Amino acid sequence: MSTATPTVPPWQQWLRRAVRVPYLWLLLFFLAPFLIILKISFAEPVIAQPPFSALLVWGAHGLQGIRATFENYSFLFRDGYYGIIVLSSLKMAAIGTVLCLLLGYPMAYFIARQPPRRRQLLLLAVILPFWISFLLRVYAWIGLLDNHGVINHLLLSLGIIHKPLTMLYNNFAVYLGIVYSYLPFMILPLYSTLERLNLDLLDAAADLGARRWRAFVDITLPLSLPGILGGCLLVFIPAVGEFTIPALLGGADTLMIGRVLWDEFFVSRDWPVASAVSVVLLLLLIAPILWFQHLQNREHEAST
Amino acid sequence: MKRRSILLITIACFGYALLYMPIASVVVYSFNASRLVTLWGGFSTRWYVSLLHDDKLLAAAFLSLRIAVISATVATALGALLALAMHRVRRLPGRLLLSGMITAPLVMPEIITGLSLLFLFISMASLIGWPATRGAATITIAHITFSMAYVVVVVRARLAVMDESLEEAAMDLGGRPVAVFFDVTVPMLLPALLSGWLLAFTLSLDDLVISSFVSGPGATTLPMLIFAKVRLGVTPDINAITTIIIGLVIVAVTTAALVTNRRRATAA
Repeated sequence: MSTATPTVPPWQQWLRRAVRVPYLWLLLFFLAPFLIILKISFAEPVIAQPPFSALLVWGAHGLQGIRATFENYSFLFRDGYYGIIVLSSLKMAAIGTVLCLLLGYPMAYFIARQPPRRRQLLLLAVILPFWISFLLRVYAWIGLLDNHGVINHLLLSLGIIHKPLTMLYNNFAVYLGIVYSYLPFMILPLYSTLERLNLDLLDAAADLGARRWRAFVDITLPLSLPGILGGCLLVFIPAVGEFTIPALLGGADTLMIGRVLWDEFFVSRDWPVASAVSVVLLLLLIAPILWFQHLQNREHEAST
Repeated sequence: MKRRSILLITIACFGYALLYMPIASVVVYSFNASRLVTLWGGFSTRWYVSLLHDDKLLAAAFLSLRIAVISATVATALGALLALAMHRVRRLPGRLLLSGMITAPLVMPEIITGLSLLFLFISMASLIGWPATRGAATITIAHITFSMAYVVVVVRARLAVMDESLEEAAMDLGGRPVAVFFDVTVPMLLPALLSGWLLAFTLSLDDLVISSFVSGPGATTLPMLIFAKVRLGVTPDINAITTIIIGLVIVAVTTAALVTNRRRATAA
């Protein structure tokens, strides 16, 4: 055993073999489904089970041809409805992200300025709701926002309003749902950049006579830019494809791609169009995802 | 300066109120005797009692728990292997593809994951005859697939700060790789494995979208049942379920905090 060291230690050989199991798992259950969705998006809808045509035509002598159609995609472009939905999803996710930033930034700033022990506690309080079911937390808003709900009841009995405010089943409720659900994702990256921020710089600025506000705009804000970008992407990316929030809190006029995809699949049963919508949604998200990954890599290099 | 900190405190209070107000109102109204949301009909536990007699709901809860335990366990095992291989094996074949497949599920819209897995199961059924029907098995496979990526993140974070010299020492003393793995590596990774498992368990228990796609007629998980009920508005028995889940989460988080504190105390 104490002779020459093998080129690959036995430990690594074993790990190398063992990792094939999760590797194959991901190839089969993650990569393959993707290729299938891509395939179906080029197929024709047929009334059968499954309701789409075969892409590869097999004959007695093997593959005889490929029958692909761009019909599903050109349908998406011709039919203005889907264009509106894509734009509306991007717009709603963007507005939700900005609102989240406007609330999350002061909160992260506040937490980062507390003494260390209290910081931990306040941060824990931000993360804690995450462990309670997302679906149930979104549901909880229905009871608050409803025309006969807690908030309207309170405002009416205090005499502040005389007829109930319509706060549920509209875009307002969806924005609120996005801000509420994704606030921790905004606060955590912001907090980690603000916490590392060099306070000496701010003190120096103050010593040199800079106004507090000036110091914030010139120093704190630019230095926390990585946190802002990271937080915004962490909120924006899932918000674009969000289903639960618009389905529970949104109204009939709330157009979001996740919900449309669900209806296209479960209600219209047009699987090729649903697949094409999925591919479009992924294409929309590729740029922000790659950007986020780029940020993460830079962060990683900076810390090592 | 004073004025600014008051503004900050106000915003922070508003933020925390936003985070906790919905949960608090659900807990309060779960004890409401009245069926109406706003009318306080006195303290009552009738909704909790009615839960016990709701067979459909109990079956769904049991199914969800079973799927969550199995999928979290498998996802933790596979995810830990992936994290170890990514971290330790030099010249891992297909590394780029692997790291892509590990990151992608974290950012993939759930609705696409669900749809694509359903298409896979349908294709598999027509090719090899399995799965003949979709249900608990297909939901479990789907949950393993997406929660594995989260386990990898947690375990890799731990590996990055872990001391490798203990394993090398065990290996130098002639320990067999498998023995070293289970006697040295696994105990050192245990905190990360536990939090990875807990995260996978929570994600599975909570999943609505992916389960809805890959489930069959026979299998309804708790989130699927809840979603069908609350689409039509507030129902008092769902308030009661929410309160029970909140209670369980509080117990779990407190226990975890106490355990880590004690560990730190004994280590110090």
